[in-house]
Amino acid sequence: MKPFSYERVSSPAEAAAAAARARGAKFIAGGTNLLDLMKLEIETPHHLVDVTGTGLDTITETDEGGLRIGALVSNTALASDERVKRDYAVLSRAIVAGASGQLRNKATTGGNLLQRTRCPYFYDTNQACNKRKPGSGCAAKEGVSRQLGIVGVSDACIATYPGDMAVALRVLDAVVETVKADGTTRAIPLGEFHRLWGDTPHIETVLEPDEMITAVTLPKPLGGTHIYHKVRDRRSYAFALVSVAAVLDAEGKGRVAIGGIAPRPWRVESADAALPDVKAAARALTQEASPTDQNAFKIALVERTLAGVMAKARGEAA
Amino acid sequence: MDQLDYFSVSRRGVLASGAAGLAAGSISPQVAFAASTPAGERAITMQTVSMRINGKAQTLDLDTRTTLLDALREHVKLTGTKKGCDHGQCGACTVIVNGERINSCLSLAVMHEGDEVTTIEGLGTPENLHPMQAAFVKHDGYQCGYCTPGQICSAVSVLKEIADGVPSHVSAELTGPMEASNIEMRERMSGNICRCGAYSNIAEAMAEVAGDRA
Repeated sequence: MKPFSYERVSSPAEAAAAAARARGAKFIAGGTNLLDLMKLEIETPHHLVDVTGTGLDTITETDEGGLRIGALVSNTALASDERVKRDYAVLSRAIVAGASGQLRNKATTGGNLLQRTRCPYFYDTNQACNKRKPGSGCAAKEGVSRQLGIVGVSDACIATYPGDMAVALRVLDAVVETVKADGTTRAIPLGEFHRLWGDTPHIETVLEPDEMITAVTLPKPLGGTHIYHKVRDRRSYAFALVSVAAVLDAEGKGRVAIGGIAPRPWRVESADAALPDVKAAARALTQEASPTDQNAFKIALVERTLAGVMAKARGEAA
Repeated sequence: MDQLDYFSVSRRGVLASGAAGLAAGSISPQVAFAASTPAGERAITMQTVSMRINGKAQTLDLDTRTTLLDALREHVKLTGTKKGCDHGQCGACTVIVNGERINSCLSLAVMHEGDEVTTIEGLGTPENLHPMQAAFVKHDGYQCGYCTPGQICSAVSVLKEIADGVPSHVSAELTGPMEASNIEMRERMSGNICRCGAYSNIAEAMAEVAGDRA
């Protein structure tokens, strides 16, 4: 790990100012992904701004009847919140489908959105990776790509956004709230938060370097049946091959977002409109797919996972 | 020192000195490192942090890079907590901080100012075992023992999480009381790997403690 200086801050404004002031600064909260990457010297911040004292660890009700989730609310606290369990069950289900109990106790709502890809070529510093070292190439395309992306990917990068929580947040139309060093705030719809890789896969979100996530807001509850179905190589503690977050009514109409296949939680308007027709919805979700030989199975897996979710929503045995 | 003495340094001694060299020694490392930092290299930053570890106040002067795991093992000399993968995948380093289990390898020690840390040494003693430690002995919940401190810290926390209504991936219902069933405990313990495969006995030990509590 490269040496770094460290400071604690007590408000979001102070945090953003600290990040703007110091060269090569990063915010740290749970640290479960950042510290891992720092050990491998994939992340090499000069300065860490510890934001855990900024008080953003509560869930409050909004005037619109939704919830504002502080950026520091842990995955465990969010999944266990009675209002979330009752009104946004897909979010609780997505969170507990990911990581381990220890990691969920530390991982935060803001930090989890910034979790970096788990592509093995990003992690192996001996391999070419445009995300880790822009311009060095992509070893994944000709390598072991079973786990990697099929839509929204580019010639430069076929990695996926690996998380589960954000897939549920996408289906719930969550909005990310931020603050910058100059005091300006903005509200970014989750669907616009993660960038597609294009030619710059090292730039993963629309956040600026001194911009800090302060909260994630949820609109008022949608009702319906909430389902998160995750397909993976191991039954627990593994990243998704394909996951489906769904909020559906008794007829199977509603909305779905897919995890494990793209640089961001993948949601397509025409797929939602096609429901409950699973084949048509799956086609809309994967029509732009450019898979490798090794991960082309994900196209069929999206449809089959959707079919399972649909059966469950209609009360049939999946 | 003759050659024999030189080679008789224990394995643990070598490992400890290697880690101390990376983290921080007791001979004013800030000055030593700063004086020998070549141009272009980053200077090491030292930071003081105070926390309570197993009920005892500790103030440590650490290289900011030091993980909670290395602080516990190399600085406080509590070697019960183990380093397995050092990347949050195996759970051997699990400790309880402010009542919640975490991977101590993925947490910076300087971020634990004022925290209450409980390690395997703080759960019980050889003369007065914690009920979970006693159950692991009774049910043979280990073979080589390396993952055991992490397994026990995790197991104690799992039963608390179930009591607190924290849901898991296998919970049939999200609301209402959570069950301490075998399938629940297996899912909730998936962040602790046991190379010897003592899983079924670990689940038995946990079931006994959960049953006694119910």
